[in-house]
Amino acid sequence: MSEYKGILVFSEQRDGDIHPISFELLGKAREIADKKKCEVYSVLLGYQMREKAKELIYFGADKVFLYDHPLLKEFDVINYKQNMVNLIREEKPEIVLIGATPLGRSLAPRIAAALKTGLTADCIDLQLDENGELIQVRPAFTGNLIAHIKTSTRPVMTTVRYKVFKARERDLTRKGDIVEKEVEIVEDVGVRVVRKESVEVVNISDAEIIVSGGRGLKKPEDLKILEELANLLGGVVGASRPLVDEGWISKDHQVGFSGNIVRPKLYLACGISGSPQHLAGMRDSEIIVAINIDPSAPIFNVADYGIVGDLYEIIPKLIEKLKNRKRGVKG
Amino acid sequence: MKDFHVVVLIKPSPDIEKVKFDTVRGVVDRSSAPLEINPFDLNALEAAAQIKEKLGGEITAISMAPPMAEPVLKDAIARGADRAILLTDKRFAGADTLATSYTLASAIKKLGKFDLIICGEKTVDGDTAQVGPEVAEHLGIPHVAYVSRIEGVSKERLLVVSDMGVPYLMELRLPGLITVTKDVNKPRLPTLRDKLKARKTKIEVWTADDLADVADVNRFGFSGSPTRVVKAFVLTEKKRKGVIFKGEDAVDKLIEVLEREGILR
Repeated sequence: MSEYKGILVFSEQRDGDIHPISFELLGKAREIADKKKCEVYSVLLGYQMREKAKELIYFGADKVFLYDHPLLKEFDVINYKQNMVNLIREEKPEIVLIGATPLGRSLAPRIAAALKTGLTADCIDLQLDENGELIQVRPAFTGNLIAHIKTSTRPVMTTVRYKVFKARERDLTRKGDIVEKEVEIVEDVGVRVVRKESVEVVNISDAEIIVSGGRGLKKPEDLKILEELANLLGGVVGASRPLVDEGWISKDHQVGFSGNIVRPKLYLACGISGSPQHLAGMRDSEIIVAINIDPSAPIFNVADYGIVGDLYEIIPKLIEKLKNRKRGVKG
Repeated sequence: MKDFHVVVLIKPSPDIEKVKFDTVRGVVDRSSAPLEINPFDLNALEAAAQIKEKLGGEITAISMAPPMAEPVLKDAIARGADRAILLTDKRFAGADTLATSYTLASAIKKLGKFDLIICGEKTVDGDTAQVGPEVAEHLGIPHVAYVSRIEGVSKERLLVVSDMGVPYLMELRLPGLITVTKDVNKPRLPTLRDKLKARKTKIEVWTADDLADVADVNRFGFSGSPTRVVKAFVLTEKKRKGVIFKGEDAVDKLIEVLEREGILR
């Protein structure tokens, strides 16, 4: 087991851009590696990404393994898996960190199953115990339970939730090696991208301010007032599951266990009662404000600030006052 | 022409709205809520039923669970499965996702015939979303995760939309596996006739010994599970201020707070 050394961070790229979670993972990997006195590696699979690979060094990697091939440009679960498995067998990292994005959560289990090693999903913290072993902290039971998990096989594999760790400052003076690896390509993997659907999607998990609506809204058009409020605050509109089910708003706006897990600076819940599924998607927001007509709504249990009342009275008032404030008018 | 075989993997899980947590011991009080089909798996069953309407064939539901989960598989029959297999054995207990997926994959191998495996995106209790892709890897077949729409089906391939943050239209050659999100369909409720049919259908029970000819039994259950929960506790909500504004100037007070918190500049 002791032959396994170092921490390997999978760098996710889409259309040649590195997903910010890769830098967050490098930050955490650096912190753990400095305690364990080991190296941080990163792996990047893509096409013509050599320049971008340098970024991984600036953000904390000591060595970057680069897999460069036209067929790795788009996510291909089989070829990504195969090259990751090859790399892990060759380099024997002790820990492998992968972002818990849809891509990461589709890819990581295949790698773990191929290597017959343990994989812990969607971690929200990573710690070291007194023996330097990794403790993986994750929610379970729709966010109601927190579990600490250890892995007896190597490498220890973990997917980590977006935005739980902070990336380090980009340091242009950091030095490291970029090692180009031989790519293994399976030509016909049985699954292929026909096309990327051209729809505009809101990336709600990146938003700093979210104004969310729930069952308290009476008709789809009423989402417009939330939109107006969101625009005034510089945020985006979110929604609880029922509104998405009713087809009032698209899925990319959905906050909750089966939608998006968000942690904005401000989460403003309007007419949302706060079901366990919804709370699982927003309870880690920095500030939670709830507006609800029912004073016993569970959302108030997690709110920093609340107004008990009719959102159809409160929100227009709030909009008006924010507009006046912008214009420099008092009251 | 050969029959089209769909396997649906089902997790019996407690009703998350009703289940109670023992805050002192940090465990789930499993007696507080009966087992039901994991809500995400209802969509997997419905997807299978819709595909069967087009292609014919047979649907087999498979679960790995304690014997008390039998009614859950009866429910799967009522919702469209023709056959249901419950993998139950003390030697399956204490399994993490690696051992679970290995056991399920072994059962599918034993079954011998499958064209398409459908799983729910994740479960409400484990919430890992790992078992589906791990099963695909054990069986050496391709998979597409987070399928939010099934555009086309034939006996050879599937055309699906996979929601990877942005939606991708993907083609999957069969045999293959998909994990479906709640957007893929609206699960129907079983009719009285479906329920009667379910009552008459016998649930097949397979033990570790039944899989011994296709699997390494040491990879089942606790002994085949590299991950261990070393500590668990019930989430205590982050301490929130819980300030409620009332009266005429409630909105003004809220604006003041947003200014103070640096949200409004």
